Amino acid sequence: MTSRQQGARALPRALTRPLTRVLPLTPALVLLLLFLAGPIAYCVYIAFTDLQLTGQAHSSFVGLANFRRAFRDEAFVNAVWLTLVFTVVSSLIGQNTLGLALAGLMRRASKPVRTLTGGIVVTAWVLPEVVAGFLLYAFFRREGTLNAILDWLHLPRQNWLFTLPILAVSFANVWRGTAFSMLVYSAALDEIPGEITEAAEVDGAGGWRRLWHVTLPMIRRSIATNLMLNTLQTLSVFGLIWVMTRGGPGDRSQTLPLFMYEQAFQNSMIGYGTAVALLLLLVGSLFSAVYLRLLKTEVQ
Amino acid sequence: MPVRPTAALTALLSAALAATALTACGSGSGSSPDTIKVSYKQSTDNSLKVMDTYLGDVKKQFEKRYPGKKVELVPIKAPDSEYYTKLQQMLRSPRTAPDLVYEDTFLINSDITSGYLKPLDPYLAKWPDWRQFIDTAKSAAKGQDGKTYGVPDGTDTRGLWFDKGVFRKAGLPADWQPKSWDDVLAAARTIKEKVPGVTPLNVYTGKPAGERSTMQGFEMLLYGTGDGSSDLLYDSTAKKWITAGRPFKDALSFVETVYKEKLGPDVADALDPNYATAVNGELLPQGKLGIDLDGSWLPQAWLPGSGHAWPEWSQKLGLAAMPTQHGQAPGKVSMSGGWTWAVPAKAGNPDLAFDFIKEMQTEANAKKWYIANSGISVRKDVADDPSYATAQPGIKFFTDLVASTHYRPAYPAYPKVSTAIQEAMEGVTTGDASVDKAASGYDDTLKDVTDGQVTRR
Repeated sequence: MTSRQQGARALPRALTRPLTRVLPLTPALVLLLLFLAGPIAYCVYIAFTDLQLTGQAHSSFVGLANFRRAFRDEAFVNAVWLTLVFTVVSSLIGQNTLGLALAGLMRRASKPVRTLTGGIVVTAWVLPEVVAGFLLYAFFRREGTLNAILDWLHLPRQNWLFTLPILAVSFANVWRGTAFSMLVYSAALDEIPGEITEAAEVDGAGGWRRLWHVTLPMIRRSIATNLMLNTLQTLSVFGLIWVMTRGGPGDRSQTLPLFMYEQAFQNSMIGYGTAVALLLLLVGSLFSAVYLRLLKTEVQ
Repeated sequence: MPVRPTAALTALLSAALAATALTACGSGSGSSPDTIKVSYKQSTDNSLKVMDTYLGDVKKQFEKRYPGKKVELVPIKAPDSEYYTKLQQMLRSPRTAPDLVYEDTFLINSDITSGYLKPLDPYLAKWPDWRQFIDTAKSAAKGQDGKTYGVPDGTDTRGLWFDKGVFRKAGLPADWQPKSWDDVLAAARTIKEKVPGVTPLNVYTGKPAGERSTMQGFEMLLYGTGDGSSDLLYDSTAKKWITAGRPFKDALSFVETVYKEKLGPDVADALDPNYATAVNGELLPQGKLGIDLDGSWLPQAWLPGSGHAWPEWSQKLGLAAMPTQHGQAPGKVSMSGGWTWAVPAKAGNPDLAFDFIKEMQTEANAKKWYIANSGISVRKDVADDPSYATAQPGIKFFTDLVASTHYRPAYPAYPKVSTAIQEAMEGVTTGDASVDKAASGYDDTLKDVTDGQVTRR
């Protein structure tokens, strides 16, 4: 009865082997639960309370009050709107398109030009957020570099930080974040086999048609990944805007992370601030869902 | 089997990590009965060691006077708002609560309401020096329950700084002392006309400048509309916040006039979050600003070794008290804030902590502290001491203002009320809102942030 014996032995082994493999992982799992899932769960809980950092003796459970408050709050609606503008302009349009264009152009450029451009773009990316913020503040401010250049060209001066602050910070984010897209797209473009492009050329496809019908479909997975990562990163940009405008003037560049900070730490309403954080998370997942959906239709 | 050792190692490492992490959380600091922990705000500027030096000195004196007792200084190096956050987190638990904390009067009432602090009345009753503190300062750390929760270690006042050079060019007197708001505006209009290229008058405004707009700007105006006897933001008998009435609108109108007539800085500059740095560091030292409504601490930025040392400021700048609206009694107005020493409710050694306050507040130590940090004395004995009054130019001027100063109603809702004020100011500054519209916007926000605890006057 060798087969039965084997079966009898195999059963406990099938159980014990995963167990012995899982066992060493338990401490790590406990740590993860304790320090990652724990705080997240606690955050979700706080979002349903009226917890304040100071100014109250006891906090209590308030249900959905924080969320209802957010949707009634004009400043919140304004922040959502600005967050969308900031994300669409700087990430979707700016970083993404510019990154692709740079990656495409650099393939044709000579090596010195490529190294130099790549170097500059990557430097902007490597700089700490706060340093980049100060640099661009100095560039945009009224007595800054941009106006010096405009003066020199005999063009009228502008004060972007005051008149169109959301565009100024969007530009700053493009400046800082394009390198990432550029690197992703350079890698993706390298993957396209040369013969396909040549074949399209032989068939008489021009530059734009090649881009639209050959290149873009071939790198669509990279596009989706890049868009998703860019968007999530852009949604959480805080330091850059804080340094350049503090969300002002007024609240004309107050995106959701800045609004959240103001509510939680300046007005000490931790409960409300956390609720806003959860809503920000929701915005992020909405964007992700849209990208995934787009990717799916393209595959079909 | 190459997997095993790695797995074992991972397990071991994880267990070790977990153990350290868990014990680190669990090990309480466990106050020893002979040691007090003193938390204070350390300057973010590494070259400024005023407080560290002073506290180190008092620690030495204290340990000598109380043999066997130890003082542990716990500096928190952070900008103001982060210091509050950090402190409030420490005060929540007996394991982390120090024995003595440095509290801003801006937030002390919030922390009192949270139950973070201990009432000091039993100690103060037995402390003869408490009688030396002036009444307004005593009330700065008083809770809504009437108990006192902190000992103030000085204050600040506010007034008008003006450039004597600009005034000479404009034909204005070097010993200028305006009697009403109109006098201030008239001087600014003269400067605008006669001295081009100079900003006539700076009044901080809008959200980017934060509490600076509310206190140096708006409240310096608002508290000058009455007779100085009642609070114009908060009704302490009814325990309600006051909605925007005539005084509030008058103060907003002043701000509106300054920016509409272009007597103030360019609106874009005024709403630049870094404008205060430009005022202290560039505009005043370079003679580009006529009049600045600002605080008593400005000379701190001009001390030798501070980056923009400007020792000759006292010859270049004049000082004038901010007048009341129409020159009505008491004639001048000032706002005060400042910091206090408080004992956390969860402190392990409150008695010894109060002994440390007493040591800091011997007359000699108090004087040393005021002079070192350009502070304004809240003690009568020090204020009367000639060596204090002559220690720095301007110190006598600002100390005299203490008699006509006001403290903010720094109750828990105050930070939110302050933001609402800044929004109203910003509306009239940019011209986006009329005075009436900004005032009614304030009323709406006020109702919202105080849960409807408002009253009309």
